[in-house]
Amino acid sequence: MKCADILVIGGGPGGLGAAIEAAKAGASVLLVDENPRMGGQLYKQIHKFFGSQTHYAGQRGFDIADTLIAEAARAGVELLPQTRALGCFDEGQFALLSLANQDATRLRTMKARRVILATGAKENAVAFPGWTLPGVMTAGAAQTLANIYGVLPGKRILILGSGNVGLIVGYQLMQAGAQVLGIVDVLPSVHGYEVHAAKLRRANVPIYLGSTVVEARGETRVQQVIIGQVDACFQPIEGTHQTIECDTVLLAVGLSPRTEIAAMFGCDMTFERRLGGLMPIHDETMCTSNQTIYVCGDLAGVEEASTALDEGRLAGIHAAAACGYGDEARHARVAALQSSLNTLRSGMHGQPRKEAKNDILQLAHRKGIVGETI
Amino acid sequence: MTQQEHTAPITDPIICRCEEIRKSEILQAIEMGCRSVTAIKKYTRAGMGVCQGRTCARLIEQILIASGISPQAAVARDKARFPIVPCPISAFNGSDKEDQVDAPSI
Ligand SMILES: Cc1cc2nc3c(=O)[nH]c(=O)nc-3n(C[C@H](O)[C@H](O)[C@H](O)COP(=O)(O)OP(=O)(O)OC[C@H]3O[C@@H](n4cnc5c(N)ncnc54)[C@H](O)[C@@H]3O)c2cc1C
Repeated sequence: MKCADILVIGGGPGGLGAAIEAAKAGASVLLVDENPRMGGQLYKQIHKFFGSQTHYAGQRGFDIADTLIAEAARAGVELLPQTRALGCFDEGQFALLSLANQDATRLRTMKARRVILATGAKENAVAFPGWTLPGVMTAGAAQTLANIYGVLPGKRILILGSGNVGLIVGYQLMQAGAQVLGIVDVLPSVHGYEVHAAKLRRANVPIYLGSTVVEARGETRVQQVIIGQVDACFQPIEGTHQTIECDTVLLAVGLSPRTEIAAMFGCDMTFERRLGGLMPIHDETMCTSNQTIYVCGDLAGVEEASTALDEGRLAGIHAAAACGYGDEARHARVAALQSSLNTLRSGMHGQPRKEAKNDILQLAHRKGIVGETI
Repeated sequence: MTQQEHTAPITDPIICRCEEIRKSEILQAIEMGCRSVTAIKKYTRAGMGVCQGRTCARLIEQILIASGISPQAAVARDKARFPIVPCPISAFNGSDKEDQVDAPSI
């Protein structure tokens, strides 16, 4: 059986940041991710990120992933792609399933002193009549098809949800040759960043605000979608319906943290709508109610790649310190990361997340959740 | 498109695809007193299929909240069990490799 100081589950920006910092502090680190390549969501992002230089602004998502993967390898992290963590046994052993070879799927066990969960989030659905027809899929699924496999999910596409995911995926599918017939959102204004919305507006893509998908119709797959305006309770208003002929409907209606493994470890959870729903409670050190389990990134509240990276780094430093690694410089590093997170969580889009995060930290204090002091 | 076609009867959408449980069955379960994702699961089997509620748990949560149940009560779920994602039974085959585990009783 394999042993390491720290096991990191999930190789997105959160997991990569955590693995890099823990390895730099001197801990032995194993990083597993179920995909053929590390990078998580970053690997599908072909657009240039914006923000600050420390968060790789101006670089494309997959380039940021490559930079982080190289940094992790240099720091001595053992990278295990195509490996899925299936959970743990009572004795504290982790079961890891290799997906590399279908004929020889292998289950291996390992033990670690601390575990950092960076499992990200999964996409939400909306159950309108007809949502189970072929042609209805989540926006992330369409993005994987187009940007990883080079396959267009459809030719005439309607998108439900005007957050960044809906806007970015819509624009990328247009670049790939699909026709985007519109973005529909129940909210009265666009939910995502204006920069992304502007690209679609310039291409004359209609944005139907205060509206929703009422129904998808088709024989063997989607052929038509009925959209309609909604009232104050988000219920469709009779007589406002219109029909759009399309072959694909993408659902971009938010993400939920992937909490299964955290739940298996008995980490206390709470429901925080502003951060994606059910999520594990954590303190400033990213430690959960189970002192051996740390969380970061979208699992610890759905935010962005930059916040996931910083939170991951924090989790890595603290988990390594709990194992006895790291020097005095770590205190300054922790302070710098915390102030960076503070800056990222500001402005119109960031402020509500900052407030929600503060509520989580306070809840952790009330419940007596404290990571080991270092 | 005529007005007639627009107002075609609204069908009752499936919420749990694995177990083919429809929205009306979820609403009926709430009427019978179910107050959480886990109660609905036990009453209707929604979320008991191969994917273990990966998509429908969140949908059921929304239906519960829309019915006036508090989010903190609605989200109650069964503890996730091993394996968290379906995997081939061959993965549990004991073998000569020393780092493979014996098949645990599932
Ligand atoms: C379309 C789109 C555009 C975006 N654009 C931006 C942007 O411009 N700027 C920005 O800052 N952010 C952006 N984001 C958000 C950003 O990508 C996410 O917030 C970020 O990737 C979260 O990082 P993470 O490490 O927590 O999770 P993820 O990146 O989701 O990584 C989690 C990884 O863990 C793996 N995993 C989960 N469970 C297991 C398991 N049991 N075993 C093994 N592996 C597992 C998953 O497969 C995945 O690879 C965008 C997101 C999307 C979807």
